[in-house]
Amino acid sequence: MNQRIARASFLVALILLALIPLIGDKYELQLLSKIMLMAIFAMSLDLLVGFTGLVSLGHAAFFGLGGYLLWFLSPQYAATNLWLSLVEVVAIAAVTALLIGSLVLRSSGVYFIMVTLAFAQMFFYYTTGAKWLGGSDGAYIYVRPSAAIFDWVPFNLANYVQFYYVALVLMIGVFLLLRMILRSLFGRAIQGVKSNENRLRSLGFPTFRYKLASFVIAGTVASLAGYFSAAQFGFVNPELFGWKLSGEVLMMVILGGMGTLYGPILGAFVLVLVETELAGMTKHWLLPMGLFVILAVLFLPRGIAGMRLRLSFGRSAREADA
Amino acid sequence: MKTASVRSHDRRRVLKGLAAGVGAAAITTVLPTRFSIGQAAKLKLGLMLPYSGTYAALGKNIDDALRLAINEKGGKLGGRDVEYVTLDDESDPAKSADNANRLVTRDKVDFLIGTVSSGVQLGINKVATDNDVMLVIPNAGVTVATRDLCAPNVFRTSFSNWQPAYAMGVVAAKQGKKRALAISWDYAAGRESNAAFTEGFVNGGGKTEGELYLPFPQVEFQPLLTQIAAAKPEVVYAFFAGGGAVKFVKDYAAAGLRANIPLVGPGFLTDGTLEAQGEAAEGLETTLHYADGLGNPRDDAFRAAFKKATNRDADVYAVQGYDTGLLLLSGLEAVKGDMKARKELIAAMEKTEIDSPRGKFSLSKSHNPIQDIYLRRVKGLENRFVSVAVKALADPGTGCKMA
Amino acid sequence: MSDGLIFFLIQVLNGIQYGLLLFLVASGLTLVFGIIGIINLAHGSFYMVGAYIAFSLVRATGTLWLAILIGLPLTMILGVALELAFFRPLYRRDHLYQVLLTYGLILVLEETRSILFGDDVHGVQVPALFDFSIPLSGGLTYPVYRFVISAICLLVALGMYFVIQRTRLGMAIRAGASDREMLQSLGIDAGLLFRFVLAAGLTLAAFAGMIAAPVASVFPGMGNQILIISFVVVVIGGIGSIKGAFIASLLIGLVDTFGQIWAPQIAGMTVYVLMAAILLWRPAGLFGKRA
Repeated sequence: MNQRIARASFLVALILLALIPLIGDKYELQLLSKIMLMAIFAMSLDLLVGFTGLVSLGHAAFFGLGGYLLWFLSPQYAATNLWLSLVEVVAIAAVTALLIGSLVLRSSGVYFIMVTLAFAQMFFYYTTGAKWLGGSDGAYIYVRPSAAIFDWVPFNLANYVQFYYVALVLMIGVFLLLRMILRSLFGRAIQGVKSNENRLRSLGFPTFRYKLASFVIAGTVASLAGYFSAAQFGFVNPELFGWKLSGEVLMMVILGGMGTLYGPILGAFVLVLVETELAGMTKHWLLPMGLFVILAVLFLPRGIAGMRLRLSFGRSAREADA
Repeated sequence: MKTASVRSHDRRRVLKGLAAGVGAAAITTVLPTRFSIGQAAKLKLGLMLPYSGTYAALGKNIDDALRLAINEKGGKLGGRDVEYVTLDDESDPAKSADNANRLVTRDKVDFLIGTVSSGVQLGINKVATDNDVMLVIPNAGVTVATRDLCAPNVFRTSFSNWQPAYAMGVVAAKQGKKRALAISWDYAAGRESNAAFTEGFVNGGGKTEGELYLPFPQVEFQPLLTQIAAAKPEVVYAFFAGGGAVKFVKDYAAAGLRANIPLVGPGFLTDGTLEAQGEAAEGLETTLHYADGLGNPRDDAFRAAFKKATNRDADVYAVQGYDTGLLLLSGLEAVKGDMKARKELIAAMEKTEIDSPRGKFSLSKSHNPIQDIYLRRVKGLENRFVSVAVKALADPGTGCKMA
Repeated sequence: MSDGLIFFLIQVLNGIQYGLLLFLVASGLTLVFGIIGIINLAHGSFYMVGAYIAFSLVRATGTLWLAILIGLPLTMILGVALELAFFRPLYRRDHLYQVLLTYGLILVLEETRSILFGDDVHGVQVPALFDFSIPLSGGLTYPVYRFVISAICLLVALGMYFVIQRTRLGMAIRAGASDREMLQSLGIDAGLLFRFVLAAGLTLAAFAGMIAAPVASVFPGMGNQILIISFVVVVIGGIGSIKGAFIASLLIGLVDTFGQIWAPQIAGMTVYVLMAAILLWRPAGLFGKRA
């Protein structure tokens, strides 16, 4: 029953999002676009954290990878082709995730957290020191990727309204894709890894391979989010690999409610909107931000999504007994 | 049935709640701009500066001095009232484009003013240029902003990383030093500064022993200090700022290097850090486009006014903020506040000779100050003016299409 | 001795003294993590708290030792207060909620510091007794105060070893590290023990901030840098292992030092490459227990 509530409210929210361009202005649409791309990033992390039980503090490595790949694939003053470059980004990101994953997945628990952080830091320091990548100042992507298929141009990313819809469709698409994956046998297997890996292994499942697959999918989706994020303003810099960003997206997942797929979406919206509002209010805005996070942890034991579930579940359960 | 009706009641409530939640969240981003009636006459200045973190003191000085300059002339720019919109850049390069975009598309500022840190600057430049918004840089010395990435709408009232560094190289060579070593953090600004010093030094007849770098923002200098002792150069040029500058100067002295190998650097090595550095900084020579004790009446008046308005002492950042205000005043005066007269505005700003506390200066074709770089020496808690290191030094502006 | 050899030895000295300071900060982190099982991101902020307390108390009293004497109990009280308010509810929760809450704590502590002390950079005077340097060679002198810091760190390390291996309290701590239920059956109040360990861990970080303040200087954001490195130390050494933290700190100190002079292009990465390499060889750190 909770599924139906969730699905219905989600549909309502999506309809609202689809209609906003009618009343929103440029800033609002760009902000919401950014949030939706972060939501994709967060969903990919939720696949790892909430469903496979692998907490990565280096997920920004893939986000930044996607951004820098866009820069790399874009000629200086011309557009790269969206579809072709996406194929390349997916391929490169998947291979990178495969390589890194096969190394880091040998650790578990906190060690896994730290070794993922280590790899993200290595990306960070490399790009900071590399002049050809722009170094610490970053680099520009002057022309957005072109969506042309031969002569037909379905949409123009430089137009902020069309970019918004692309981000929206992408977010929905990723959500559906991940949900489908999670409902498959593979999906159940990785959830099994989270609850009791040993038991799964004793049943003959090659858990390492499942974890690796999950890692690769998560990394690739994160790279997509990074690619489009870079396309939004046309600017990349090493901070895209930073631990602050990895921490922020992890916060979105936890705050929103991990293991629910729509939790991270909620988390992305709430976190960015709260931050944006607070930043405009006071110079010492980090103080109420910190307090907000602390209170959320203390009073929302399963994140925002968890809060909703408890509301309806608790009441109907009690009523059922009556 | 009771349970069924209760369940559907719950469901509806939750549905409503969630829809309301998302709707409210989205609408809060919509609301503020809907109700701003009467936007008519005020000129909006968007200040994107570090109001928190390591550079907060610098951001505050720039902000206060900018307002001081405008208030001294009646608080109006070109006859229009001024509205200030501030935004903390958090010194976060990853958010720089987003933050700049907020000021440009949401607050629809007429002028974007920012920022302090070079890492954040380029994101701002991208947004400003993409949206064709006027931008004045009150500090960040990232050289490409007035070289390869220069643009008609981008102005700088501070310096380029090349200027003070090159001047120091010239001075060191003139002082008869033959072998120099340069050290800084391994990031764009550090590399630019070291390279510029080496250029000035070599042009003056010196020989460089190389450049040392440590990862940014690490402050464990001992290993490299030991390297310096082993290399025995005649002079060491160091570019660090803030906490790093304090630590380096103190460590350099504690390692006994001050006695035999003079330490020099751009003014950031000793600006805003003297109280913390204490005796270790005494007598240090640095170059910057500003100094204490310049002895010109404009400077004295400015320092008194700044002290009166903020109860803090003015520094180079305050001067840069003040000069940004002067540039705006001059440009907008010429077009009588009409932001639509873009070409005339830019032309007026380009021609402005700014009567700055640092001394009068004009802008180069790439919109960077052409200014005297002063040699200063630390005495007590001041960087006292010694002489003019290089007169009217202009950044080469290589790669700038306007130059 | 040839010049080259002398400078090499001096670099080894540099690495060791940096490592010892790292140990002082990281030891508290590994204790808290190993015994109580809490990931405390605000650990670096306590290093900053210590430095700022030292700064203000030195300004008020004039000497560092007095500042430390007053400052240590202050931090212990603050640690206990935080434990009661925030950490208590976290013991049973998932690691991730600890990460999130302590991250919020970092923001609160940083902004409070900004409101109370402003954002300028400050220096703390080296205690007059040790404010001189001894010549080593080739115009290079070594500040005696750095030796003092290293000596203090060594003393603390020895003290911790003694307490943990030779006292009843230490026994309880070791028991708590391996088996929490065992504590109850031994009749030891786990709550009290945890509170003590948490306060001690935070105080160690603050103490490091206090004694390092004269050489490290006091500035906004100083906690963040040391936080990441502390985590690297803890992970390389193995969670909960003081011995591991000690060896890892020295290892990192040396690798970082020689990385800077032998491989400056990748100097920033060396520590992370080291960590990745060690974890690939020993997935639970050098002395950690396999999960």
